Amino acid sequence: MVSEKVADRARRGAEAATGRKGAPEIDISGVAEGVTHGHAKKGAKTVFDLEGLTVRYGGKPAVKDVSLGIHENEITALIGPSGCGKSTLIRCLNRMNDLIPSASVEGHCLYHGHDLYGPDVDPVEVRKRIGMVFQKPNPFPKSIFDNVAFGPRVLGLSDVRERVERALRSAALWDEVKDRLDENAYGMSGGQQQRLCIARCIAVDPDVILMDEPCSALDPISTGRIEDLMLELKEQYSIVIVTHNMQQAARVSNRTAFLIVELDAHEDNRWGQLVEYDETDKIFTNPSDSRTEDYVTGKVG
Amino acid sequence: MSFRLPGTERTRLATAGAQAAVAESLRAQPRGDRTKGTLFFALLLLAVVIALLGLAAVIIQSAIKGAPSFGTHLITNGPSTIFPEKAGFRPAIIGSLYLMAGVILFVVPIGVGAAVYLEEYANKERWWNRAIELNIQNLAAVPSIIYGILGLAFIVRGPLDLGFVVLAGALTLSLLVLPTVIIAAREAIRAVPPSIREGSLALGATQWQTIRRQVLPASVPGIATGVILALSRALGEAAPLLLVGAATFVTFDPQPLSGGYSAMPVQIFNYALRPQDEFKVIAAAGVILMLVVLLAMNSFAVWLRNRYEQRW
Repeated sequence: MVSEKVADRARRGAEAATGRKGAPEIDISGVAEGVTHGHAKKGAKTVFDLEGLTVRYGGKPAVKDVSLGIHENEITALIGPSGCGKSTLIRCLNRMNDLIPSASVEGHCLYHGHDLYGPDVDPVEVRKRIGMVFQKPNPFPKSIFDNVAFGPRVLGLSDVRERVERALRSAALWDEVKDRLDENAYGMSGGQQQRLCIARCIAVDPDVILMDEPCSALDPISTGRIEDLMLELKEQYSIVIVTHNMQQAARVSNRTAFLIVELDAHEDNRWGQLVEYDETDKIFTNPSDSRTEDYVTGKVG
Repeated sequence: MSFRLPGTERTRLATAGAQAAVAESLRAQPRGDRTKGTLFFALLLLAVVIALLGLAAVIIQSAIKGAPSFGTHLITNGPSTIFPEKAGFRPAIIGSLYLMAGVILFVVPIGVGAAVYLEEYANKERWWNRAIELNIQNLAAVPSIIYGILGLAFIVRGPLDLGFVVLAGALTLSLLVLPTVIIAAREAIRAVPPSIREGSLALGATQWQTIRRQVLPASVPGIATGVILALSRALGEAAPLLLVGAATFVTFDPQPLSGGYSAMPVQIFNYALRPQDEFKVIAAAGVILMLVVLLAMNSFAVWLRNRYEQRW
């Protein structure tokens, strides 16, 4: 079953890519047929509300004036060319930009109505609820079990063994590793390591999972498995994914935000700007902004 | 007269000719820089041989000179002016052991703590942190006798006023090797990639939890290697110990907090200076003893690093 879905997805992805070369529009009709992820639920609550969010590194803006709402139990994709601030934006959502001393944030980033950057907010508490999976899989130099158990242990959660098993099952990794939980995580393949990082993330029962280009270091088969995983996970979690792969955004996301790079008059400052944010169907078939249309049809970028 | 070979024969000859031409062109051609390369390689080998010869000369000379007095009495007996052939290094060995224990006790928590602070908590853009980093590297190069004077002024006398005891010697040696340990620990901590820290923090761990459960365990091999190498340096230091009271002729077993003490390098120094030949022989035997211990320690450090080193 899984391999059929993977092959199907790969075929549709190839169709979308080659369809783009000849035709002026991407043919993603195959994606929309009978699959709900192409449609955003109407009236879903928002988990995040970004209002006029601007991030600067050492005074220079990296992304300016972004306003959008991330909805619950949906997959929201951020797409755009390199340097448009997608990673900067997603790292704001769990205060990972705090690790960069020169970074400063203006505007509002509301999480269930509370300002994430408010004076009383502890970034550690924020990160317990908003987890992150990184571009390059980064398992700890420990055993597979200890990798997944690390989160529950440092947070003082109970039933560590059950949590580890549940997380590995949810990440579709349990059957592959259940007999070798004590082996070093570095012995796994790239795709397995990334699924391990996802399992590690969900072992602490977060509310939101942020994924910063999770598949860009992986081969297409592993990518397909992780995309399947994302579609299953969104039932329980809200997912925000940064991807430079448009077809991936089209395949998995409910809503898509498109950002571009703006240059100032002297071309020495570059920053990211939000162009359009809408349901994925609309972005890819009938975008409102001509820049979006140029990007998704491959005329630019 | 036209001379035609049959087709197959012609092909065979042509192929053979082509192959011979290619083989000839692939063969090593004599070139100017090829001989330069060989000469350079020979010079490098010469450098290695000279270094090894120097070390070998010390070892062999000491071994030959000290051979007559090899025996367990070296370790079990104290020094004796009356029966030089039965003299040994016992108090010096015990003194050195106490000193090493003291150095480990002081240097590991302070050195690792300072390294963790400098790497994980200090804001590297502040000028005073850069000044601290520069100064630690300078301190590592300060001559050891200066640490002896420091110990005499502040530890033996002055504020701490411990007197000429093993503890004072241990503290002085700790100060001597502390910069080395801090630098080694910093390198080990720095080698842990930021992605590991980010992965830990992204799960909701605090900075301290990340350091204690991810960064430090991963840097233990590097830190251990640094500590062992620092210890082997401290073991061989005589100059600072002479100033803080490692008396050169101690016949009793030293106590950690009271009374005089000695150490291996100081005892060897004492024996080597005496006019009687028997003492010179014992001094040479002591040199061999120290070399064996130092070689064992350094080999252990290298093995430890190779076995547990984390390749990222």
